[in-house]
Amino acid sequence: MNNSADKIIRLENIVKSFDDEMVLKRINLEIGDKEFVTLLGPSGCGKTTTLRIIGGFESPDEGVVYFDGKAVNDVPPYKRPVNTVFQKYALFPHLNVFENIAFGPKLKGASGPGLTAKVQEMLELVNLKGFEKRSISTLSGGQQQRVAIARALINEPRVLLLDEPLGALDLKLRKDMQLELKNIQQRMGITFVYVTHDQEEALSMSDIVVVMDNGEIQQIGTPEDIYNEPQNAFVADFIGESNILDGQMLDDYYVSFSGMKFRCLDSGFLKHEPVDVVVRPEDVDVVSPERGMLIGTVTSVTFKGVHFEIIVDIGGFKWMIQTTDYVENGSVIGLYIEPDAIHVMKKSEFSGMFGDYSTFSEEMEHLSDTEEPEEE
Amino acid sequence: MTSTRTKKVSVTRSLLQRFAAAPYFFWAVLFIVIPLIFVAYYSFTDRDFAFTLENIKAFFTPKYLTILLRSVKLALLATLICLLIGYPAAYFIARTDPKKQKTLIMLIMLPMWMNFLIRTYAWMVLLQDTGIINGALESLGIGPMRMMYTEGAVVVGMVYDYLPYMILPIYSIMTKLDHRLVEAASDLGCNPFAVFRKVIVPQSLPGVVSGVMMVFVPSISTFYISRKLGGGNFYLIGDAIETQFNSNNLHMAAAISFVLMLLLLAGMFVMDRFSDNSSGGGLMP
Repeated sequence: MNNSADKIIRLENIVKSFDDEMVLKRINLEIGDKEFVTLLGPSGCGKTTTLRIIGGFESPDEGVVYFDGKAVNDVPPYKRPVNTVFQKYALFPHLNVFENIAFGPKLKGASGPGLTAKVQEMLELVNLKGFEKRSISTLSGGQQQRVAIARALINEPRVLLLDEPLGALDLKLRKDMQLELKNIQQRMGITFVYVTHDQEEALSMSDIVVVMDNGEIQQIGTPEDIYNEPQNAFVADFIGESNILDGQMLDDYYVSFSGMKFRCLDSGFLKHEPVDVVVRPEDVDVVSPERGMLIGTVTSVTFKGVHFEIIVDIGGFKWMIQTTDYVENGSVIGLYIEPDAIHVMKKSEFSGMFGDYSTFSEEMEHLSDTEEPEEE
Repeated sequence: MTSTRTKKVSVTRSLLQRFAAAPYFFWAVLFIVIPLIFVAYYSFTDRDFAFTLENIKAFFTPKYLTILLRSVKLALLATLICLLIGYPAAYFIARTDPKKQKTLIMLIMLPMWMNFLIRTYAWMVLLQDTGIINGALESLGIGPMRMMYTEGAVVVGMVYDYLPYMILPIYSIMTKLDHRLVEAASDLGCNPFAVFRKVIVPQSLPGVVSGVMMVFVPSISTFYISRKLGGGNFYLIGDAIETQFNSNNLHMAAAISFVLMLLLLAGMFVMDRFSDNSSGGGLMP
């Protein structure tokens, strides 16, 4: 609590409704100076609204937004020390690249060679040297994205807000831009608040990931924490692949699921407390049936390049397992699970919503990953 | 194989398109191109249909040039007033909530459903020496003032009749204005006034250009308004055409129309250049 001095933004009990629908239900969030914080969640979870409240484009119905310890609820966007990279860039079509980037400094009275040099520096930063005179409509999506970033960064904001900035780019470009953004953030030493529905993007770029759903924060943590120690079934399901099983805590360090008893590293639960158990597909070893802790039948094998993705039916529950060893479809195999591969979670409102992989299909995965339409 | 097939498809499609466009094409030829040719033909011929430049020359005499200048002056004034009233009106209508917008636009268009003559007559009733406005002024001890048969009355008539043509195109572009650009500008440090000046005005220029044309062109060629509200004291180019027409001098009427048309075309061309430049960022800072 005494480190709140280096927290640049604090949201306290933020509530926001649109047309009687509560999109944010008491959000409490602290963002540290120079941190890369990602708000991650599915469409409609409230992440964009949270960002817009920080930017000043929406005002909360309840709660307080603090910048450097001062309440800024009534401060309009143009007076906040933040700049935004908008979802679909929102570049000014009647201005060229130079004029777009120079927009902010010009408002503050910058002009002449000083301004030109600053714009040049920004263009260099985003790899768009020589594009000054180009009109916005002649730029590709990736180039427009870079102009949008330069236009925001030239104002030297304390905090840069990014609203799904890479959503409209193709995969390859997206990966490159992820690296570039991370580099820029570290080089310039400013706080990034980044909104995305892409969990991979969130894990690879962020210092802190804030997982949201239903207008509530589900978990705040480092990417490793979020992946390895999900707090509930929603987080476990949303971040990466996971087998989420119904289990029971037998005692400290002992949990039962799938009719078997396993050693685990979790403690502090009640005796016989019902729990959710997460096992990541890559943490399961495929062994011969005799050596297996669980025995099942392979119902599908998909080659993924680095590994095979196999679906194993164990007592009617379909497990997803990633293995580098080839197994025959239809064969009976054993599964071996190390204690540290088992993660036990308290039951939550999400328990039972995310089952096994019986209905899993590649198509569904892509559907949920495609760019969402204008959210909120 | 496939390439020839796709080629065939595209040929049939373009044929189909041509057939679909045919009625419009014939309509355009019959009612636009042929009449224009007639206008040009009459302009350059005399009563015996012999080629002559006399009609055109007659236009460039002080008599007609004075009329032209007066028409331009009054039309420009009317256009400017329409812009000054219409732009804020369009802006505020576009910013009210969508349900109210429909009603407001209805109200703007309502007078257009009434006959043009009746609207002009209504202004006569309002403006005459013993009219409603003078009655009110008199009771306040200011009036009566001479309002009928002045240039002001003519301009008022033009503004009243053509104001919707200014509001509608600007309104339509204002509703399409990208709200994210407004947010972006405000994010970059624009206060509301700067947002208006740096984003909304430049974005709405195409609507302004078409509004200006839609008001200026009918204003400059109007004849009835000046006759009724100007009492014949402010003879405009439209009146000149009508007079020539009524006195059966179709050739002179055609010549005036023809020259006016060329002048308007030249004007539009300049406007077009102007709007192109501004959308490229040339004119607006």
